Amino acid sequence: MTTLTDPPKESFRLGMLIYDTRYRSMTIQIIALIGFLLLLGWLFNNTAQNLQELGKEPSFRFLGEPAGYDINQRLLDYNSQSTHMRAAFIGLLNTLVVAVLGCITATILGVTIGVLRLSNNWVVSKIMTIYVETFRNVPVLLWIVFAMAVMIETLPAPRAFKGEDPTATMKLYDTVAVTNRGVYIPEPLFSRSLGDVHFLGTSSFRFDVSMDLVLLMAVFFAGLYVSIRIKKNANHVQETTGNRPRTWHLRLAVIAVPLIIVLAALGFHLGYPELKGFNFRGGIHMRNSLIALWLALSLYTAAFIAENVRAGIMAVSHGQTEAAAALGLRPNRTMSLVVLPQALRVIIPPLISQYLNLTKNSSLAIAVGYMDITGTLMGITLNQTGRELEAVMLTMMIYLAISLSISMVMNWYNERVKLEER
Amino acid sequence: MSDVSFVRTDMLSEQEPPASSVGVIGWMRSNLFSSWGNSILSLASMAFLYLILSAILPWAISPTWGATSLAECREILHGLGREGHLSGACWGVIRDRWVQLFMGFYPSEFYWRPILTFILLFVALAPVLFADKVPAKLIWFSALYPFLMPWLLWGGSLWVPLAVLAGFVIGFLVHGVVSKKMSGLAGLIAGLVAAVVWWMFLAGIVSGALTSIIPLALESVESRKFGGLLLSLTIGVVAIGFSLPIGVVLALGRQSDLLIVRALCVGFIEFIRGVPLITLLFVASTLLNIFMPPGTNFDIIMRVIMMATLFSAAYMAEVIRGGLAALPTGQYEGADSLGLNYWQAQRLIIMPQALKISIPGIVSTFIGLFKDTTLVSVIGLLDPLGLSNAIRADAAWNGIVWELYGFIALMFWVFCFSMSRYSMYLERKLQTGHR
Repeated sequence: MTTLTDPPKESFRLGMLIYDTRYRSMTIQIIALIGFLLLLGWLFNNTAQNLQELGKEPSFRFLGEPAGYDINQRLLDYNSQSTHMRAAFIGLLNTLVVAVLGCITATILGVTIGVLRLSNNWVVSKIMTIYVETFRNVPVLLWIVFAMAVMIETLPAPRAFKGEDPTATMKLYDTVAVTNRGVYIPEPLFSRSLGDVHFLGTSSFRFDVSMDLVLLMAVFFAGLYVSIRIKKNANHVQETTGNRPRTWHLRLAVIAVPLIIVLAALGFHLGYPELKGFNFRGGIHMRNSLIALWLALSLYTAAFIAENVRAGIMAVSHGQTEAAAALGLRPNRTMSLVVLPQALRVIIPPLISQYLNLTKNSSLAIAVGYMDITGTLMGITLNQTGRELEAVMLTMMIYLAISLSISMVMNWYNERVKLEER
Repeated sequence: MSDVSFVRTDMLSEQEPPASSVGVIGWMRSNLFSSWGNSILSLASMAFLYLILSAILPWAISPTWGATSLAECREILHGLGREGHLSGACWGVIRDRWVQLFMGFYPSEFYWRPILTFILLFVALAPVLFADKVPAKLIWFSALYPFLMPWLLWGGSLWVPLAVLAGFVIGFLVHGVVSKKMSGLAGLIAGLVAAVVWWMFLAGIVSGALTSIIPLALESVESRKFGGLLLSLTIGVVAIGFSLPIGVVLALGRQSDLLIVRALCVGFIEFIRGVPLITLLFVASTLLNIFMPPGTNFDIIMRVIMMATLFSAAYMAEVIRGGLAALPTGQYEGADSLGLNYWQAQRLIIMPQALKISIPGIVSTFIGLFKDTTLVSVIGLLDPLGLSNAIRADAAWNGIVWELYGFIALMFWVFCFSMSRYSMYLERKLQTGHR
């Protein structure tokens, strides 16, 4: 019989912190943490010393002071008496406006170009290749200033629209005026408007919500919901009887008819831009800078999206299409039921990171004077108040928040479409 | 009854394919007009091409190469009966300023230095890019290049970069001696301490003394003379060069099991990737001097290079992480089973393969950074885009737009397109080698 004895008790030696794998990782981590904290402390110390020498106390109080500059392209009310905080908020909205507009057009353009690049048509696919290579390989800033130059140099001035024999005319049946000061488009107006609801009182983040818009959205989404129910019902009928009822007119009607009724009830009409004096009045004025930025960002990003789309479609193996054909699916059903769902899995993650890039590139607005968050908070506000540290850090945090929200959407999507593997 | 069955005994001769399926007509039928939709698409895109070319070509073909000012261009065009701003290009500005667009304000008698620098860059990169075609010994030149390049570009005493290099040598030697006598870790620490002591206290004295004895110096060129494509390339190449080792460390940190190390690396990478480069450039232009000890003053190009390095390091880390993830697990397990420790496994097994896989990604990061260097014009540096504004400020060329933008776009296009083609070629070459 053997007797079990306790293993010999090791005494702890200092060397074990390094040579014993049980402790080594902890040692390394603690050293790394100490190093990081020392670095931070050094930076803070330097900053504090420098700021003290400059006589600046880090504070965000400047955000409450009147900004004193104007922002010509804006969604909400703002004047030069508004605070810096308000200016930054307007700038943030401008960033989001150009990012959303850019993402939409870049997606449409990019998908079209990506698909056409795979076309059998030689001319078309070559043109698309040239497009992609041209736009991808030239800096986006160059495209932005180039688009701005096109807007300023080649478009007619508002006075060209004047007189008996104008050298320029409005486009699209006299509804859109394209001038070198920007593009004027018709604005939606409601003669029996429900009015606006004001939120957040007099704070810097105050905003109005048009009840007309809310009502229209509500009606639209209700219609969309009903339409989806009709589709589900049709699927059910198809599964039980084998016949698919024809529903597209009904589905269109439940969305369109209530919308039209509500629009008529609200007295919807368009307010057209008109030439008054030396400039256009009425309508929505989209400034040069917005158009140039929007155009350049969409065209540039579209080239990248086109490559992603092409790669995604090519990643679906040909066997899938053939198998679908063997099952008797017609080409468009093959596309929508077999190829597209598989291609989207490849396309969407890089697509979302292109959206992220577009949003970050929108900060180049500063080169054409579009007042986004970079132009307001990190541009004029910084120059006027001299608060470099606070302004730059705040801008970075705002961009970081935007980027991280987009990444979260991407991670959520990746998690959802992940292939279940062994 | 006679047998009436017919059996052909000789082969029919081959017939010409129908005229509609070969040659130009056949090609056009199958590639352009195979269906109604296709025909419409072809005609529409040809019309589109015609529209674009008919707008650009008459403008571009304009005999203004010799003009010395915009007014002279207008006169030449007026003489030809072409009126208006968009009637013809004024190529004189390119002839007048192309050297400046490439070199900025670099002293013209020293143009050979940047040119030599970038020729030598290719030599230094050759062991990586064309590993099978050049002698392996050339890698020593690649190792020396990072010290040679700043000396050639910025000038000054040769002893300064040599003294910096000597720090590495000293550190390495001390590490070798001490780790043989004592433990590996003690060797590492001793090597680091020796190198830091050398750089902090001795390097300046020694290089100063050597300079006064044997003055091996090039005339120094200040950073603010850098401009044009030279500035873009310098920022791009230096930032990518420095970001590679930082990126490797960050990627390894992100992959490691150590919680705090990983958190620090992920935090850094996601922070940098989440903010636009322009905000980092603002940090360089306004904040970096506040972060440094009072009294330090880097010049703006150094600060920009520092921020660009941090920026590309984060992207580089992600590229290398991709390379690490692409390695089969068997490689890690194989290294473990050979009894290699973490650093040996990384150095001998993992990194050589992971870096090789990541080369295309590294090249595209470089292309991205190279294009992004135009952003420095926003903070007032004279890269090609910044120079175009400076050229327009000259009375002779006030009002020039398209010619300059077109030329700058072409410069970037040639560089980026050739690099992207090279990276695609490399990708194909590497694919067959590995899988």
